[in-house]
Amino acid sequence: MNSELIKRTAAELAAKIHTGELSSVEVTQAHLDRIAKVDDQLRAFLHVDAEGALAAAAKVDADIAAGRAPSSALAGVPLALKDVLTTRGIPTTCGSKTLEGWIPPYDATVTRKLREAGVVIVGKTNMDEFAMGSSTENSAYGPTHNPWDTTRIPGGSGGGSSASLAGFEAPLAIGTDTGGSIRQPGSVTGTVGVKPTYGGVSRYGLVAFSSSLDQAGPCARTVLDAALLHEIIAGHDPLDSTSIDAPVPPVVAAAKQGANADLTGVKVGVVKEFRGEGYQAGVLDSFEAAVEQLRELGAEVVEVSCPHFRYALPAYYLISPSECSSNLARFDAMRYGLRVGDDGTRSAEEVMSLSREAGFGAEVKRRIIIGTYALSSGYYDAYYGSAQQVRTLIIRDFEAAYQQVDVLVSPTTPTTAFKIGERVDDPMSMYLADLCTIPANLAGNAAMSVPSGLSADDGLPVGLQIMAPALADERMYRVAAAFETARDAAAGTAFLNQIPEL
Amino acid sequence: MTVANSAAETMDYDEVLERFDPVMGLEVHVELHTKTKMFCGCQNVFGGEPNTHVCPTCLGLPGALPVLNGVGVESAIRIGLALNCEIAPWCRFARKNYFYPDMPKNFQTSQYDEPIAFDGYLDVVLDDGEMVRVGIERAHMEEDTGKSLHVGGVTGRIHGAEHSLLDYNRAGVPLIEIVTKPIEGMGARVPEVARAYVTALRELLLALDVSDVRMDQGSMRCDANISLMPKGTTEFGTRTETKNVNSLRSVERAVRYEMTRQAAVLVAGGSILQETRHFQEADGTTSPGRPKETSEDYRYFPEPDLVPIAPRAEWIEELRGTLPELPWQRRKRIQTEWNLTDEELRDLFNTGAADLVALTVDAGAPVGEARSWWVQFLTQQANVREIELAELPITPVQVARVIELIAEGKLTNKLAREVVQAVLEGEGGPDEVIAARGLEVVSDDTALNAAVDEALAAQPDVVEKIRGGKVQAAGAIVGAVMKATKGQADAKRVRELILERCQ
Repeated sequence: MNSELIKRTAAELAAKIHTGELSSVEVTQAHLDRIAKVDDQLRAFLHVDAEGALAAAAKVDADIAAGRAPSSALAGVPLALKDVLTTRGIPTTCGSKTLEGWIPPYDATVTRKLREAGVVIVGKTNMDEFAMGSSTENSAYGPTHNPWDTTRIPGGSGGGSSASLAGFEAPLAIGTDTGGSIRQPGSVTGTVGVKPTYGGVSRYGLVAFSSSLDQAGPCARTVLDAALLHEIIAGHDPLDSTSIDAPVPPVVAAAKQGANADLTGVKVGVVKEFRGEGYQAGVLDSFEAAVEQLRELGAEVVEVSCPHFRYALPAYYLISPSECSSNLARFDAMRYGLRVGDDGTRSAEEVMSLSREAGFGAEVKRRIIIGTYALSSGYYDAYYGSAQQVRTLIIRDFEAAYQQVDVLVSPTTPTTAFKIGERVDDPMSMYLADLCTIPANLAGNAAMSVPSGLSADDGLPVGLQIMAPALADERMYRVAAAFETARDAAAGTAFLNQIPEL
Repeated sequence: MTVANSAAETMDYDEVLERFDPVMGLEVHVELHTKTKMFCGCQNVFGGEPNTHVCPTCLGLPGALPVLNGVGVESAIRIGLALNCEIAPWCRFARKNYFYPDMPKNFQTSQYDEPIAFDGYLDVVLDDGEMVRVGIERAHMEEDTGKSLHVGGVTGRIHGAEHSLLDYNRAGVPLIEIVTKPIEGMGARVPEVARAYVTALRELLLALDVSDVRMDQGSMRCDANISLMPKGTTEFGTRTETKNVNSLRSVERAVRYEMTRQAAVLVAGGSILQETRHFQEADGTTSPGRPKETSEDYRYFPEPDLVPIAPRAEWIEELRGTLPELPWQRRKRIQTEWNLTDEELRDLFNTGAADLVALTVDAGAPVGEARSWWVQFLTQQANVREIELAELPITPVQVARVIELIAEGKLTNKLAREVVQAVLEGEGGPDEVIAARGLEVVSDDTALNAAVDEALAAQPDVVEKIRGGKVQAAGAIVGAVMKATKGQADAKRVRELILERCQ
């Protein structure tokens, strides 16, 4: 019974909970049991809030028993929340020693919306420290393991969220995507990950890595589940000045429309620059097959050139560290977080320095140093200034492309999941994992990853990235849902049913 | 003090001016008295239990974000307009990055190269009535820091303190920083210009009703940049920035002291360090701040958590229409309407009495009396109590009533002062005080006649003298009547009654 429950989609669970066929408590308990069973192997969670989850589930059940309408389409469904979003009364560490034991006094807007929607938050998921990384190996609390092969990485920074989905520990998760931290983990775990349009989902309570790039988004095992979650967390928030005051794109309707598997009239652009050297053969094969599938579904496919995308990675590695060097300055041991060396003999400055030395990991320090340097007087124009100019060029590439096509596609990441430890000593190879995902962050556009299949060379999942213009998120949902329908029909089963048992 | 005396810490002021031309720049920080802070909904109030007006945003908690206070922007634009500045059609906030425990985010959200207002001026009147135009470089928006209380150190500064207490109530309070262009060519009058400028700016901000502008509470703070260049040269010398200048008088003293100090250093062959100095109220000197090993690099970059500010031209014009009569316009009008000499005008404004006098006049009092009460007696009372004139617990209407009672002969000047004192002591309004203390002049002629008749009857010899033409002898009778009425009779009226009877 329980093993069946945990494999259901969020939409199915919600439907059964809302009709009273299943209770939210029972569904929640099934997932808590699964976490208890497999999380020793996966390490997807940093904190499991069984008590809070069951209480939230009981409230949904009580509402339904009393004949009240469920507070949302996903009321009663469990969710894994990335540990970078604040949760009142529940620890929020961002995968860092510096925030070990910190209990926020306030909820992020995303957290608040989830609670109000009756979504059951089962726990906080592991991540690269402060969302800096592509493997979750930069977590101060140890790596998360990929449920497809526990010797491999689950992607990053949101590897905890993606692994919790692929490991059936939760049917829904929230990630945050600064350069690919939702999509790349989605790709390597065979799950769906969406980075909405920048400003589509409030950043209030999202502990900032790079403010102009960070965006929270939905993660799920199906496109429809992601869309349902998207509509719950999205919308204008007066507490976030960069939040867009516009209606939420109709992503659920688009996902339902896409499920008809008809893409007639849709123009799909294949980004010419994202292939070739550095791409795993099995990834490119899967991608080509996916493009062919889209064509078969009725889409018109053309090749599109975005010549400035090749500068996206270097520009990103100037802008994001610059913003991070400033955003992370607040972790100074004065008001909260780890404090080291406060023995009565040291100055505040020395305590700050010792605490930051002890509290931050190597990758975070590397980026703080790069960012501090890039913003320094005399270097600002050459580094930060030039990177912002590149950003403008990338926005123009997208604009030109979207004159021709409705959506753009590419592989989500050049390779399938690599081995834990394989790239830890080579930051550059680690950074390359985000090669294809970064342009959408720099432009503030919408982008998502949907599993395209298994790589022929290693049997691991490959992701198809679908990108759409800002505030046209529904376009990619439609294409993704159509592709998903055709893919599962061809395989004769839901994609994740191909995952080995843990 | 001579040039040769290299040990001297300061140079004689006249000598400074013989040898050098001073250049001054003033940076004034003004806390706006908006209801809420610049980037969050916390109350913006002075004081309060430490750390009670705080929230995730102004405490810089992880994940919290700023939202710009529209009233803060409106105030900044109004200040810019009143200072004859251009208003930027598009500008942004920037982050000024540096570590300090009282700054929750370890960066200050400020404006850098895109100030909301720039390139204006303020006309300033000196003591002798001469008007000086001070150029305004820029006025920009930023947020205040929290307050540190360093315990156990010698100087009250962080260096050497045993521990520090932090209060973030002030963190995120809206600030406007107003920066002058270099003020040159003022010679000996530089310190006076400094005081006059800060005074004029304070009046302007009061008229705009955007700030409490209390230097003693830190809602207006002035940093003075001073440098000297040898006579005949045109290149500015190295400047120092003097902080902790907390009163109008201190502004003048600090500038003057720094000129004499720098001159002494330069003449002795030394060079001026570009540094921050602290003004010492007690002895009027400045002392160096903690030396910096390297020059501060604030790593400014545009604040990504806020969107650009693009005030519409129509809105700016609308705000221009809300500007009140500005202080210099008002001075001119008041001087003409009330027919005041320059000196009288200066006293009126220096004591802060102008508004109060105007309100007293509105309540029916003649200008002369109203001015005299506020500028003289009440100003003395405020000084004794060490409070602002406007803070005296007496209203212009009450002062007008006292003036009216004098005019009606119901109070003598002496009694009137007693009544006002009692009002200030909280004994109630003038009429209540008079009733309670029985202070009203005895003007009832029936009662007075009786007292006069009694006194005349008691001193027939004096009556004879008066009748014999010695009018001055009446004084003895007046004295007796005043004694009998316990001083509440109008002596002039008593005299009239005596003379009537002795005809």
